[in-house]
Amino acid sequence: MTDLADLSIAEAGRQLRAGDITSIDLWEATVTRIAYTEPHLHAFLTVDRDGARAAAHAADAAFKAGEDAGPLQGIPIALKDNMCTKGLATTASSRMLEGWVPPYDGTAVAKLRAGGAVLVGKTNLDEFAMGSSTENSAFGTSRNPWDTNRVPGGSSGGSAGSVAAGAAMGAFGSDTGGSIRQPAALCGVVGMKPTYGLVSRYGLIAFASSLDQIGPFARSVEDAALLLEGVAGHDIHDATSYRGEYPTFSDGLDLGVKGLRVGIVKELMVDAIDSEIRSASRAMADKLADAGADVVEVSLPSSEYALSAYYLIAPAECSANLARLDGVRYGNRVPADTTDEMMAKTRAAGFGPEVIRRILLGTYALSAGYYDAFYGQAQRVRTLVRQDFAKAYEHTDVLISPTTPTTAFEIGAKTDDPIAMYYSDVCTIPSNLAGDPSISVPVGLDTQGLPIGFQIMAPALGESTLFRAAAEVERLAEFTARPLLAVSKETV
Amino acid sequence: MAEWEAVIGIETHVELQTKSKMFCGCAVAFGEAPNTNTCPVCLALPGAIPVPNEEAIEGIVKIGTALDSTINKDSLFYRKNYFYPDLPKNYQISQYTFPVCEFGKLDIMVDGEPFTVGITRVHMEEDTGKSRHVGEGGRIHDASHSLLDFNRSGVPLVEVVTEPDIRTAEQARAYGAELQRIVRTLGVSDARLEEGSMRFDANVSVRRGPDAEFGTRTETKNVNSLRSLQRAITFEIDRQIRVLEEGGEIIQETRHWNEGKGVTISMRIKEESEDYRYFQEPDMLPLEIDEEWQQRVKANQPELPAQKRARYVGLGTDTHTAELLADDPALGGLFDEAVGAGADAKQAGIWLTQEVVAYLRREEKTLSATALSAEHVAELATMVAAGDLSSTASKDVLNGVLAGEGTPREIAESRDLIQISDSGFLDTEVDAVIADNAGAFEKLVAGDMKMIGFFVGQVMKRTGGKADPRLVSEMVRTKVQG
Repeated sequence: MTDLADLSIAEAGRQLRAGDITSIDLWEATVTRIAYTEPHLHAFLTVDRDGARAAAHAADAAFKAGEDAGPLQGIPIALKDNMCTKGLATTASSRMLEGWVPPYDGTAVAKLRAGGAVLVGKTNLDEFAMGSSTENSAFGTSRNPWDTNRVPGGSSGGSAGSVAAGAAMGAFGSDTGGSIRQPAALCGVVGMKPTYGLVSRYGLIAFASSLDQIGPFARSVEDAALLLEGVAGHDIHDATSYRGEYPTFSDGLDLGVKGLRVGIVKELMVDAIDSEIRSASRAMADKLADAGADVVEVSLPSSEYALSAYYLIAPAECSANLARLDGVRYGNRVPADTTDEMMAKTRAAGFGPEVIRRILLGTYALSAGYYDAFYGQAQRVRTLVRQDFAKAYEHTDVLISPTTPTTAFEIGAKTDDPIAMYYSDVCTIPSNLAGDPSISVPVGLDTQGLPIGFQIMAPALGESTLFRAAAEVERLAEFTARPLLAVSKETV
Repeated sequence: MAEWEAVIGIETHVELQTKSKMFCGCAVAFGEAPNTNTCPVCLALPGAIPVPNEEAIEGIVKIGTALDSTINKDSLFYRKNYFYPDLPKNYQISQYTFPVCEFGKLDIMVDGEPFTVGITRVHMEEDTGKSRHVGEGGRIHDASHSLLDFNRSGVPLVEVVTEPDIRTAEQARAYGAELQRIVRTLGVSDARLEEGSMRFDANVSVRRGPDAEFGTRTETKNVNSLRSLQRAITFEIDRQIRVLEEGGEIIQETRHWNEGKGVTISMRIKEESEDYRYFQEPDMLPLEIDEEWQQRVKANQPELPAQKRARYVGLGTDTHTAELLADDPALGGLFDEAVGAGADAKQAGIWLTQEVVAYLRREEKTLSATALSAEHVAELATMVAAGDLSSTASKDVLNGVLAGEGTPREIAESRDLIQISDSGFLDTEVDAVIADNAGAFEKLVAGDMKMIGFFVGQVMKRTGGKADPRLVSEMVRTKVQG
């Protein structure tokens, strides 16, 4: 019998509604799995057993009363620890916020609660979402369930690992330059970054406001669509929130790709991308063509500069976004004789080295005399990247590429080389700069047995097409492998 | 060498009295317990982001329109970065390029002469919280600790920046006063200087004559009244001239006006202009103020103080009365109604700005707390015009109305102040007096015009003081001409 923790959200939903299982059953299966995997993974910073049990009971009571708030009712879900949860510690993996308990729920969190989701806990991340491995967490590195000597990717590494290991049926993370798709690829799960503005950022601890977007992790494309539907929609608390209508993403997943115009991005199939990953991407492109898609090669010439532009824009925005962490109103404080000194000491003690590096980079990029050469130039590149995409979409419906240049790397392999670490996001950053939706779907394992992610990109608000293509990729990939950690309970 | 000339520019901050704050739903309220009107946004909790307040945008468009500005269809918000404990985000959301309004002007009168002050820009930003330094001297330098109140954090703030067009402290004061009137007339702020809902910063420099280059300027803060604005600028001009004449140099710095001592004091030296690292606010989209919105504001713009003053003068009041009426919305409103009800504008203006104002001061009352209505003023004016009431008696009656004793006619009757202006009756009385004083009448006929007063006095005596002296006087003259 399948362990309930390994069910898909869609299947669990069917069984819940059929009365075959209860939400408490799912909660028990999940906390049992967490108890088993957590010592190996350290995916969570907080597990809210009691809160989750109460939510599961409430979901069961609702089912009994015939109330159905939607597909996530009764489903155990994990949240990245940069999403504010009322009454539940939210740290962004920073010493600065250790012990801070938000007095409010972010909009996505409030929507999940209203939808009857069972929020099992808060997952580990690189401090303030700055990193690609979770090694920048102030509270310890998370590990990859496929190989615990390797990183789960980042910054949403805890969310990716928890879903891969069955420690949550789905999870949410945030993606600023690839922080959902890159760890999803490294952990062999589906990870999706929505169109900028589709999910409210209210209550998401900001890294780079013009790039940040909350999105789902799931073990299937369908589940990812269901999760996204649970948090999307206009929010009066977010001035950049999208106001218009949008279709139901989970409809049309079985439409296939016949006639779909698919562009494979030339600049993301270069030597710097691991050859096994390139082969897997090429093979999937061929399969899509066989399935009726019209696959062509496209060029995004400015994507060569996207990584550099990103590492000016994101630090610039973060240098202001993180300024509020000054020890004055909340968080940890280092006492000193004057206010200025208190703020300086608090920040020096509270932020880790990568956060300090990015604040300094961003402050420099915005300084008088340097603004135009750095921040201004980066904004111009961003415009060019957008234009490249717009041009590509004139004759394609979706674009495809590898999600990452490598599969999961060993812990410590890149911590001394920030530039090498930054390169982990080379394939994912262009979609953030453009504000477009993008998804990573696992398509196979490399010769080391590590998952390979395949990225699909679509124009803004093209989520339906994106999910439709992703569902076909999922079918064509026939990726059924699970990390040993998730299955060893039965096999050992 | 040419005479010294001052070059002055004024930056004015106006707190808008909107229902809610600039970027969150917290109430804009004054005098409440510290930190009660706060939320995740105005406390800058992690994850909280701003959403602009439409009412505040409408407020700044009203101000910009009243100042003849160009309203930018697309306007941008920026982050102005600096660390200060009462600035919770450690950046202020403000504007930089493309503010809401640019290129305006304000026409004022200084000593009866028209003068135009150019308005560089009017931009939208948010207020900070308030720091209170506790212990020892209560100043930041010697305080043992500071308390912070974020009730004011995020209150919408409009900054109006002038061109360096102003040349004298009097002009500066006249500009400040007119701007205050406009803001109050628009109803967007109570603009109280002493409470800080309107704040002036004066940029002052001096130079040798109108053709010389601008000198180094200082910025004077903490100016809490129009009088202080004038005094502070006067002091600063004199100080700078003295320093320069003694061979010294003006340092570009911020100075603090000390009201008690009547001096400006150096606060901190701006060695180089502070680097605020402005960049476009990524939490907000460009602000769009379309033509339709601009036109709606223009169409609904109330009568501005200058327009009102001109109208009052047109109705017949003198300039000073027009200013007094235009400055006091309650008085001006009553005036408009009274004139509408048929009162003579000149007479009504004088009553309202003299008798009524004196009464209100004496009794420490507001106009609305008295019984005086527009109909009362009109009735009183009609009685005077008809000769039923003397000008002197009208003041007594007006005070009676203010005190709630009744309508003007009721009071005039009960106090027995109604004049006799029945010409038939008065004619008989005049004839009787002439008959009784034939000698005196001879003198009058002979040209001794002083005797008119004598006859008027006699008639007044016979009628118990109730005859209309003006009418009697005319009648006596007619008799002389035969």
